[in-house]
Amino acid sequence: MSTTLVSQSLVKAKSLSCPNCGTPIELRGFAHTLSAVCPSCLSILDASNPELQILQTYQGKERIEPKIPLGSRGTFNGTVYELIGFEQRSVQTPDDYFSWDEYLLFNPYKGFRYISEYCGHWNVIRVQSRVPYPTTARGRRGWVLDARKFAAFDAMQAATSYVIGEFPWQVRLGETAACEDFIAPPYMLSSETTAGETTWSLGEYWEGSKIWQAFRLPGKPPSPQGIFANQVSPYAGKTGAAWRMWLWFNVALFTLMTIFNLTKANKEVFHDEYSYAYFKNHDTSFVTPAFQLDGVNKNVEVRFHADIRNDWIYLSMALINDETGQTFDFAREVSYYVDSDGSEGNRDNRVVIPSVPAGRYYLRIEPEMVTGALSTRYEISVRRDVPIYSYFWIAAALLLIPPIVTWFRSNQFEARRWRESDYRPVDSPVMKIAGGIIESLGDD
Amino acid sequence: MSAPTSNCPNCGAPVTFRWSSAIQTTCEFCHSILIRTDLDLKKVGEVADLPADASPIQIGTEGVLDNKGFVVIGRIIYEYEQGGWNEWHIVFNDNSNAWLSDAELEYDVSWLAPQHQIPVIGRGSECILANRAYTVTSITKAHYKGVQGELPFEYWDKSDVAFADLRTPTGEFATIDYSEKTPLLFLGRSVEFDDLHFKNLRLFEGWTS
Repeated sequence: MSTTLVSQSLVKAKSLSCPNCGTPIELRGFAHTLSAVCPSCLSILDASNPELQILQTYQGKERIEPKIPLGSRGTFNGTVYELIGFEQRSVQTPDDYFSWDEYLLFNPYKGFRYISEYCGHWNVIRVQSRVPYPTTARGRRGWVLDARKFAAFDAMQAATSYVIGEFPWQVRLGETAACEDFIAPPYMLSSETTAGETTWSLGEYWEGSKIWQAFRLPGKPPSPQGIFANQVSPYAGKTGAAWRMWLWFNVALFTLMTIFNLTKANKEVFHDEYSYAYFKNHDTSFVTPAFQLDGVNKNVEVRFHADIRNDWIYLSMALINDETGQTFDFAREVSYYVDSDGSEGNRDNRVVIPSVPAGRYYLRIEPEMVTGALSTRYEISVRRDVPIYSYFWIAAALLLIPPIVTWFRSNQFEARRWRESDYRPVDSPVMKIAGGIIESLGDD
Repeated sequence: MSAPTSNCPNCGAPVTFRWSSAIQTTCEFCHSILIRTDLDLKKVGEVADLPADASPIQIGTEGVLDNKGFVVIGRIIYEYEQGGWNEWHIVFNDNSNAWLSDAELEYDVSWLAPQHQIPVIGRGSECILANRAYTVTSITKAHYKGVQGELPFEYWDKSDVAFADLRTPTGEFATIDYSEKTPLLFLGRSVEFDDLHFKNLRLFEGWTS
């Protein structure tokens, strides 16, 4: 193909001089620039017109210095952009006033991008040539774009309250637009409607340090205040991770416990049956024959079973070392009642004595029943080194703490985020109490 | 591609066609608007000075779309109260043509949709075109500001032209051109600058492409 018609002449930057104060103005946006602000007297000039009319003069007294100077060049996704315009936009309602900054970036091939900043929170924004489609997200009105659901966060009437630099549109102080923000952190979808036409733009949350890095600015960015609409929660994804971790810990715990319990001897060392009969002023206590307990400091389980019905039996017992006289005292009641509503109690009970040294032992048993009880049969058995499950349940319960704390903290963060929203949800009483508990735990 | 050459009936300068199907072109030297007839070229008008524009694209810019090479051979320039845009006429290496629009450096490519039902629309309304749901994003009354190079039709006596732009969530683009008695529908999509692999772009002071 012929390329003879291609001219390689350079498109020159245009310069003007302000018709109000005579200050020379170098334009950075070439013929894209439709309005420019005199850096000296802040008059807004019509740059599209060779006569360079003054469209608006600045009535305010305050000059605002942008945090990133005009003319700065920064690299975003490998493309260099130049900062050519700065606007402050503000919202005035009967009970609130706030403002944020918008920076206009330009590259003569790739076009325009925006950066917004509010209280140290930054967004890098691009106007969209796609329209999202409506949905509901988090129970709110929302939009879908790129398979992401954006939930309605706020809506406002924003006015342009300060401008410097140049713009590819006819900028005017005081001009308002209906703005709405929808969030899917770290993204924010915004709509701006003027004269019935809506422009969609997509912002991505950037840390101030990344903005500083992109522009190679000296010093440090202002530290962010509060939580911003589309700021990523430090707990994002961590609640799920904490629960998955909990599950794995339980699997590990269960495996360990199973292996541990398999190593238990779990050996019956004594078993006998007795019969109780009440005699007035009669000492019911007796001792069992001695039995051998092997192994170093293993546990000992004593089980009872009584053939009772609508009755109870109380057993005071002592496990006594035949050689040293070391004694382990304990007592258990077995009670069992039945009526038309069902049963209550249990015919069985048990005691586990941890850490009993090896040796020959016998039991001293003193049964007690209600005065005048009929003869009651009961059984006693002793097992050495039995599996223990209670530790597992305690450990499993303790392991619940980190995921629950993470879950509550994540909820707290989201609650703080949505407190700034126009569609602020009502905190449930449960979350309020839980939040109080978590906050009292401190940050770590 | 054949490059038949004629002479400008106004100034005698050579006029070269890059595209055999071109109906209209402009003389590079005297800016006459020339219409191709069976026999020769007929001057129908003259282009006023083109407004200053800062599109990086120019006649002769080359690029690639859907693995097909294209070259920019003509354009129509529009202006409206909020700015202006260029409709670049591009011809692919298989001799087919399309339109590459550059509005404030946001690029769309579209093709004329022949004999398509034109929907009745309003601002913000939705309609189905080629089995997709489109939303009307803008209705613009534009002024025709000029032409340059080769076009697939006669286009030189326009003044105000109304356009409606329609878009989808996935980047499809449609525009309805109300400049003809029967409005024309163009269907296409938005394209990223980097995806077009341009060559022969304009150069800007202080920038490298």
